[in-house]
Amino acid sequence: MIDASALLVAASLHAGTVLALAALGLVINERAGVVNLGAEGMMLVAALAGFVATVWTGEPWLGLFAGGLAGALLAAGFGLLVLWLNANQYAAGLALSLFGAGFSAFAGAPFTQERLPERVDAFRIPVLADLPWVGPAVFRQHPMVYVAMVLAIALAWFFYRSRAGLVVRAIGESPEAAHALGYPVRRIRLLAVIAGGALCGVSGAYISVIYTQLWVEGMVAGKGWIALALTTFGTWRPGRVLIGAYLFGGVTMLQFYLQGRGVAIPSQWLTMLPYLATIAVLVMISRNPRWIRTNMPASLGKPFWPEG
Amino acid sequence: MTWLLHRAPIRFVSWLGLALAVVLPGAACKKDPAPAAGSASAAGEAKAPGSANPEPLKVAFAYVGPVGDGGWTFAHDNARKALEKEFGGKIVTSFVEGVPEAADAERVFRDMIHQGNKLIFGTTFGYMEPMRKVAADARDVKFEHATGYKTAENLRTYDSRTYEGAYMAGVIAGSVTQSNLLGVVGSVPIPEVIRNIDSFTLGAQSVNPKITTKVVWINKWFDPPHETDAARSLLDGGADILFQNTDSSAVLRAAAQAGKYGFGWDSDMSSYAPKAHLASAVINWAPYYIKATRDVLEGTWTTGRTWWGVQQGAIDLVAISDKVPAEAKAKVDAIKAGLKNGSFVIWKGPIFGQDGKEVLQQGQVADDKFLGGINFYVQGVDGPVPGAR
Repeated sequence: MIDASALLVAASLHAGTVLALAALGLVINERAGVVNLGAEGMMLVAALAGFVATVWTGEPWLGLFAGGLAGALLAAGFGLLVLWLNANQYAAGLALSLFGAGFSAFAGAPFTQERLPERVDAFRIPVLADLPWVGPAVFRQHPMVYVAMVLAIALAWFFYRSRAGLVVRAIGESPEAAHALGYPVRRIRLLAVIAGGALCGVSGAYISVIYTQLWVEGMVAGKGWIALALTTFGTWRPGRVLIGAYLFGGVTMLQFYLQGRGVAIPSQWLTMLPYLATIAVLVMISRNPRWIRTNMPASLGKPFWPEG
Repeated sequence: MTWLLHRAPIRFVSWLGLALAVVLPGAACKKDPAPAAGSASAAGEAKAPGSANPEPLKVAFAYVGPVGDGGWTFAHDNARKALEKEFGGKIVTSFVEGVPEAADAERVFRDMIHQGNKLIFGTTFGYMEPMRKVAADARDVKFEHATGYKTAENLRTYDSRTYEGAYMAGVIAGSVTQSNLLGVVGSVPIPEVIRNIDSFTLGAQSVNPKITTKVVWINKWFDPPHETDAARSLLDGGADILFQNTDSSAVLRAAAQAGKYGFGWDSDMSSYAPKAHLASAVINWAPYYIKATRDVLEGTWTTGRTWWGVQQGAIDLVAISDKVPAEAKAKVDAIKAGLKNGSFVIWKGPIFGQDGKEVLQQGQVADDKFLGGINFYVQGVDGPVPGAR
């Protein structure tokens, strides 16, 4: 029998990956100064799109791609609304969220009875997977788990080591200044929004195609909102967001493992744990104002109009 | 906040449907197109001879989840369709899905009355108080509340003996398991669910005394990602057969992903995971819905409480897999036959609680009151009951 703690770590990484993908996408959005509250809606539509594509093609990777595409399309629509038509970001994001939930439920109704081919998932990285403890804990995951890790590192490099990343951050801090320097603020913001939407989409498709392998309406069950909270939780830094996602995934899984082990804590308390942990960390962060102030994009959520 | 955003769209669509229904008289919200067309033409024929009662009976259903959950609500909606088929043009049915188990439900029920529905089904426990309130104000409307325990002059309750299906599933689990460790994903720790877990365990023990059952609660009826998480933790803990009291097929899929086995619950889920699926414990609400509607049509409706099981065709274990040994299948058939003619009783002593104390003495048969208040695990279930002192 494999060490239980290794299995818990493995499950936490798996559960955290869903949140990490979406939250990293939202970090890209928000670094460019755009808040997209539509994450939940985009994830739902993408979960459906990914599921349908997988049903039709039998190929989960195409499903993830379709999910990313669906997320990108919705995000592009959102971007046009808030960047060119100057719609309020918060209102438009909420609307997108509601639209996504309603639309996916409506369009997905014929697909609730569809199913993906039954398959046993067994991924392993050769050699490393056979290491004691570390092998089962880290190296027997679905490839997307590693994609999320690599993505976090790549984003950290992009934002803090590359010129393009610096421009995106500058637009999030002061779009006026970036505009004065001649950068196409709205177009870059749109690209950031689309990239964020695509990642939310991949995350949504990951839930329906890889994680639960079924489609039912409302199945994202609030994960989009948790991802939004995680961006603040991780103070808009990719590495911290990734760790936050694993932490949240870990606390969620921990409650089930504790129950399975017969720990005498009422399960209702355990269900609260992830949320209590989030609040606790958010409070800890906001106790230190410099954390937020130095990391939060100064123009987050503020509209920008070149002429004005 | 999350709750609001999660529910709001479904409700919005439902309300839009309701609004349309008010604007277009006679058109109930979200009517099923095919049967509706059928019933409309049938209604036309019925009207032609100029009968004394041309107005069809309007029947409304409030569902807690989406019709597409493939489980609990899906089963209710299948029964609604069977009801339409049974009575044709004599009735018109409509439904509102995703009605939260909260004060908002009251508005939905009031709207159903406003639309002229004379028979209203509320299909989850949490509608109890809203239905009681509304029933007091609409004496000419008959209310049917699933899984509740409070009645009124025009409000009665109905339920299914889901534990009979759980017991039969347990017999199969006990025959197939190799680790002797069964895992259950529990929804909300109320007597109904605890009774199912106990019955599942008793069924497994009846063929395999070495069985241990582990339970993980998610405190929700419907949350596929969490259902998956919980299922994985049980599989990681060494369980090789899973059972669930939640509303989607996520647990069965999780078992399939791990190459282990699982069951369908509420509806036939065999097609979701043909290899991993051992059997489906299903509820057939149609016999009761037909009876209730007939009671109203014939004017014989009186209040009361109904609890139907295998005997009345309300519970069944279907789609038993080829992987189940023949003797287990034969045993299930024998149990079904015994439940049908009343010669077999599941909750009959000696039955021991988790702590080894005898809860039912040798030969003692549990009455419905006892069954309705089960808040303890039987011997063989691991871990504490949440919230029990």
